[in-house]
Amino acid sequence: MRHFALTHYRVRALTAAVAAAALVTACGSSYDDDDDAAGDGDGSASAGGGSLTVMIGSSGEAETRAVQDATARFTEETGTEVEVIPAQDLVQQLQQGLAGGNPPDAFYVSPDRFRMLAEGGSLYPYGDRIEDVDDFYPSLRDAFTYEDELYCAPKDGGVHALVIDTDAWAAAGLAEADIPRTWDDLAQVAQTLTTDGRVGLAFTGDYNPVGTFMLAGGGFFLNDDQTEVTADTPENLATLRYLEENLDAGTFAFAPTIDAAWGGEALGSGKSAMTVEGAWVVGALQTDFPGRNWMAVPMPDGPGGSGSTAFTNCWGIAEASENKDAAVDLVNFLVSAEEQQTFAEAFGPIPSRSSLAGWNAETYPEKAAFAEGLDSSRSQVAVPGFESVLADFNTQLEGMAAGTVTPEQALQALQTNGEALLAQE
Amino acid sequence: MVGTDMTATATREPSARGHGSSRRRRVSGHRLQERRAGWVFVAPAVVVLVVFLFAPIVMAAWVSLLDWNGQSSPFSGDAEFVGLDNYRNLLVDAGLLRGDFMLSVRNTLYYVLFGVTGVTVLSFALATAVNSWVLKGRGYFRTIFYFPAITSSVAISVLFLFLFQGSGVVNVMLSWVGIDGPSWFNDPRGVLHIVLSRFGMDAPPSWLADNTLGGLSLWQWVSGPSVAMCALIALTIWASSGTFMLFFLVGLQDIPIELEEAAAIDGAGAWRRFRHVTLPLMRRSVVLVITLALISSWQVFDQVFILSQGAPAKTTLTPAYISYVRSFGDGQFGVGAAVAFVLFAIIIVLTIVQRWIGRERRA
Repeated sequence: MRHFALTHYRVRALTAAVAAAALVTACGSSYDDDDDAAGDGDGSASAGGGSLTVMIGSSGEAETRAVQDATARFTEETGTEVEVIPAQDLVQQLQQGLAGGNPPDAFYVSPDRFRMLAEGGSLYPYGDRIEDVDDFYPSLRDAFTYEDELYCAPKDGGVHALVIDTDAWAAAGLAEADIPRTWDDLAQVAQTLTTDGRVGLAFTGDYNPVGTFMLAGGGFFLNDDQTEVTADTPENLATLRYLEENLDAGTFAFAPTIDAAWGGEALGSGKSAMTVEGAWVVGALQTDFPGRNWMAVPMPDGPGGSGSTAFTNCWGIAEASENKDAAVDLVNFLVSAEEQQTFAEAFGPIPSRSSLAGWNAETYPEKAAFAEGLDSSRSQVAVPGFESVLADFNTQLEGMAAGTVTPEQALQALQTNGEALLAQE
Repeated sequence: MVGTDMTATATREPSARGHGSSRRRRVSGHRLQERRAGWVFVAPAVVVLVVFLFAPIVMAAWVSLLDWNGQSSPFSGDAEFVGLDNYRNLLVDAGLLRGDFMLSVRNTLYYVLFGVTGVTVLSFALATAVNSWVLKGRGYFRTIFYFPAITSSVAISVLFLFLFQGSGVVNVMLSWVGIDGPSWFNDPRGVLHIVLSRFGMDAPPSWLADNTLGGLSLWQWVSGPSVAMCALIALTIWASSGTFMLFFLVGLQDIPIELEEAAAIDGAGAWRRFRHVTLPLMRRSVVLVITLALISSWQVFDQVFILSQGAPAKTTLTPAYISYVRSFGDGQFGVGAAVAFVLFAIIIVLTIVQRWIGRERRA
């Protein structure tokens, strides 16, 4: 999950800093330890005739180990050796592999990178060879469909949910029945939950959560086919005005303005009582703020009904791979129901198969809200180059929170920049 | 050697013509050999330079003329040749890219202005301090001052992230003296704008707001660095002062002590000795340090990548970071390469200007 990687960037930077400090004191002995912990791949990969390399953008040790264990089971079953490479920076390392004509056989692909890779002819479309393909949530399949062809199998999925600090909730005298169903409810409980030093709702002030609000408001950045920019619309304007109103009232806040790097940190550190995040927040709260009691509920409905952004990754297979058949077998193995259950247990992703929805809700009731509404959700914008356009929109949103940019100006800038990009395509 | 050789030749072959021709032939053969040996000796260095420096530069120049998505070889003909389009989008055509680039140039101008000035002054001061005979334990301080230079820039950046957090060390210390510290990495305004707003000037005068340069209003150009950028400048000054201190230290130790003594005997005070003896003799060190600091400032990337990713409101965006984001984020490697070449041109021009200003003038 791209978002996953972003929010965990600081964590990784910290790890790097700690590692650097360790190097100064221990003169590099930590490197060998790392290798031992990380790899059953290196030595054995070259041994077998049919071997595969898999590159993942891992959220941490738990994910890396889970993928390594799963590929080891695959090797046991089929005899195909698999080397797992946990990338420091997946986007960059994958790009280098592709440019050099020597990419890994299989790798994580996020929806916002997918179309760039599909257009560039780097992905091998194996949609017709995925076992039980209709079982995957349609919104996740859409995310990886280009020109009516499904390119790769979604490995997990999940939507934004409203995460609530249950202690703050109870302290404010709110009950189960007060869980917000509409935007009006949300504004109201946010007001109730706002105290001195704590805002009601805080979320990362970027295009992802705002996009989720836009979906519920009946709009989005682009139309369904992603061929037209639909930023400057009355629906989106109403959405931004709703946010602006509550930001001005001090009951909503963008996380950086209350000194939190992202929504999860705002909630975990007690600077906000609610936040909007995806399933990655579960692990982060457990690790960084184990004392925080929380629950996740589906996003409240806006004027446009229910809507949320879906986050997912798929197992891309390189067109340049010399072992595509084995790679397809491996992916089918990894996205099978049993393996997805193992992954869910190991590091918490939401399974991408709708047949596992019941199992997920039963086994992990606290995570059920992150899977609810996957059917009706929308995945991130996939147009190549849109990243810079949305980064500029983030800046506009920052200005909106600071009161220097109006919602009209923010949407107009997004419309103009987006149109300029689509005209180039 | 040559002398004896010539005598020997002269004895054997008395004819002047023969002497001349044989000498020319033999020496030119010798030269040829020398030349060949020379090439053999420098060949490894030349090969390394060509393979790892000149060839990549030429390749990058080619890429900057392409619409290349980075997924195939840029020399295979798959990528469309677009001529100077990337440069036009960057410098001429109004749009997001030019806007971002101009912002990044503005940011870096402030970064260079304050960073280079700061690091030159600080490292000179440090060098003077550790060079002075008065200071006890000079070796110890030399090591301490040099320490930031051998620490990873990633570690330093993360450290600064903690220092400048809203509830970080810097703000806590400011609160001891009754100052309510800013939220360093969030305020999108430039310091000049902040100062002006203290004096009640929130909106720009129309001549600043209406005139634009490169699509950016003059008001935006003169914003000053944002608070976040100031933290970044402080980081760079602190981290690189140790290295430049060494440059200055070498220069200071080259100054003969007799000169100082002579000036002292002539009745010059400490300041006049510094101003009229030390400083003129240090001109070359100062020019060198400014040149190196200038070049590295324009290329600033890792601190931005770790600390801010251009936030808040793009006030820490730098050309090198744009080059990276456009290439790897948007898959527009041609644009990324074009940014790199424009950056290259800016650095060359500024270095020439700076060297011209700092040249030695002889009467």
